[in-house]
Amino acid sequence: MNNSTSEVIHLDHVRKQYGSFTAVEDANFSIGRGEFFAMLGPSGCGKTTTLKMIAGFEQPTSGSVFLEGVNVSTVPPYKRNVNTVFQQYALFPHMSVADNIAFGPRSKKLDESEVKKRVGDMLDVVRLAEFADRRPSQLSGGQQQRVALARALVNYPSALLLDEPLAALDLKLREAMQIELKRIQREVEITFVFVTHDQGEALTMSDRIAVMSQGVVEQIGTPVDIYKKPESLFVAGFIGSANLLPSTVSQFDAAGGTVVLNGGGTVTVGRDNVASDVTWATGEEVTIMLRPEHLHVTVERPAGDALQAEVTDVVFQGSAVRLVLQLDNGTEVTAMVGGDADLPFLRPGAAVWLSWLATSPYVLDGWPDLAGATTTNLESIEAAL
Amino acid sequence: MASVVSAGKKWGDSLSSRPENVGLGVMLGLGVGAVALAAQWVKGPSAMLVAIAMLAMVVGLIYTAFAGGLEARKSLAPYGLLKPGMIWLCLFFLAPLWSMVVMSLSSKAGRFDFFPDFTWNFENYRIALTKFRPQFIRSFSYAGIATLLTVVIGYPLAYFIAFRGGKYRNILLGLVVVPFFTSYLIRTLAWNNILADEGPVVSLINTLHLSGIFESLDIMQNGKLMNTPAAVIGGLTYNFLPFMVLPIYVSLEKIDVRLVDAAMDLYSSASQAFRKVVLPLSLPGLFAGSLLVFIPAAGDFVNAQFLGNPQTTMIGNSIQDQFLRQLNYPVASAMSFVLMIIITIIVLIYTKFMGTEDLA
Repeated sequence: MNNSTSEVIHLDHVRKQYGSFTAVEDANFSIGRGEFFAMLGPSGCGKTTTLKMIAGFEQPTSGSVFLEGVNVSTVPPYKRNVNTVFQQYALFPHMSVADNIAFGPRSKKLDESEVKKRVGDMLDVVRLAEFADRRPSQLSGGQQQRVALARALVNYPSALLLDEPLAALDLKLREAMQIELKRIQREVEITFVFVTHDQGEALTMSDRIAVMSQGVVEQIGTPVDIYKKPESLFVAGFIGSANLLPSTVSQFDAAGGTVVLNGGGTVTVGRDNVASDVTWATGEEVTIMLRPEHLHVTVERPAGDALQAEVTDVVFQGSAVRLVLQLDNGTEVTAMVGGDADLPFLRPGAAVWLSWLATSPYVLDGWPDLAGATTTNLESIEAAL
Repeated sequence: MASVVSAGKKWGDSLSSRPENVGLGVMLGLGVGAVALAAQWVKGPSAMLVAIAMLAMVVGLIYTAFAGGLEARKSLAPYGLLKPGMIWLCLFFLAPLWSMVVMSLSSKAGRFDFFPDFTWNFENYRIALTKFRPQFIRSFSYAGIATLLTVVIGYPLAYFIAFRGGKYRNILLGLVVVPFFTSYLIRTLAWNNILADEGPVVSLINTLHLSGIFESLDIMQNGKLMNTPAAVIGGLTYNFLPFMVLPIYVSLEKIDVRLVDAAMDLYSSASQAFRKVVLPLSLPGLFAGSLLVFIPAAGDFVNAQFLGNPQTTMIGNSIQDQFLRQLNYPVASAMSFVLMIIITIIVLIYTKFMGTEDLA
């Protein structure tokens, strides 16, 4: 309770069970004041349930939820000072935009002049002043989204909870709203807790991300940490795209070591290329993660570690070219090269060498269910959605 | 032949530039013709002429539509589609209404004069409004109370089915409608047995020694439930309840339950959320339901006949009596017309205060 100035939300070993199904398993973390915090994971990972427990629509089976240092585990939603932006906005269709925004302050029985002032301020923040008298049905998706935001923010909550707020928008609008959300968050300086299954969105917007899978919080960290130093195979595969190559440790000590890929070839890894200060015994199962942008493609064999591969597909993406390649043992990997690079030898069927900087490979415990590129495997992508 | 077709096409094209005039003109002609025939303004050979003229108008419209270009066809098609409904309305609504107005201003030469002469006889309306004033007042108050009762009973029922029905929703809705499988008369007569002096309800009340309370509430009179105003109102409520439940259910069912979550998230308790979100959104159903109950209940005569006594006769009974027993068609027509006008006024006032058109 002493640290209530820095901590807005604290989940203390929260667990949620529906019958025999565990939706959330031992969630135990804090969200700081003014933070933009994302809960990221595939559907059914428990992120929305966690959000609902913070909002008060669900109560934890065990553990406690603290808001501003006060245990609110059994407090109903209308007595908690947090507000939610719902997935389909849930705007009141029978009220004007202004009345929608005024709903919270009026429920709190604020003075009508104060209500008017707050609504006016909030309409300015979300840039909808000229739409005050419209009905929600007369607004576009992006405008409805901003009304939902204003309706929640007008109450100056301790934290704003957003449940997949951009899921209903199309791509261009979604990207614009990501920037708009960041701007609004900086302007109002309120803690945003954001639930999404879109890892790109989470990376773009958040200060910190909690990656969840099957009810378990796998890792919490800044976008850079989570991208560069994933702590589990799930996080490595879910965030960004990665090439996961199952391997066996041949030697590893305090100075680093070498690892033998299952498909042949060795990879030298430094001490910094592992998640934490672990050491592995010879013969242990590990996985080498190589991000597509870390792979260099050459015709001649370069000095140092390298793998031979055959180009199977070349996809021009504008700013970059994505290559799909097959290693000798049939494992599929992807590599990204600059879109302006002139690489005429890159055509399907070409034999190339893949190499990388010594700092690029990253070692993870265990073997993945599916070896190779995470982004070309339909099964694993569908499982994640 | 070609020149005829091209002339038709030319005409059709020129018509299509102002299709609403042509379409409306033909509709008006047909409407007047239909009323004239049905209300017997024209008889014998001239009726034949009117019928032929109507047919010619229809054929003419169809011909110009087809001979004319695509544009002409497109613009005239809606009027063609409206015609059947309009002719039906003229034959079975406007024409009878006209006959009723004429009849209500006629005077009978004697008791068995079945074809009274039109004489601007406003005396019929005076009789309707003075002699039958108690029946009018009774009808509207019974119908009003019954409407309120159907709201009180029907709203929670519809709410339960819509929000708590789950997978049983359709079965529960079916149960609401099931009584309609039995005739209206049989259902009303069944209440005779239920409320009879020796019936289950009265004996239960007597066993529990509650008759005093029911007497003081004016629900029972002289130890009886049958043949009381309460029985008539109860019958109306029972018979018209589904007409209240179904429209309310439809409007409740459309409400996104997340709106309630949103209201509770915005500091409203469950009851405030109901008052500020669910109730306003269900008003269109409540509005439709109360019209569907009030209008037929005000004109009903079955419940008063089978469950009431001579002191509970409603205006429907009096109209039926005037028409079928007294054979006094002019006064009966005047009464019907007054009933219609009062209901229309009440509905208009109601719409004005409960107008919910922007909610649909």
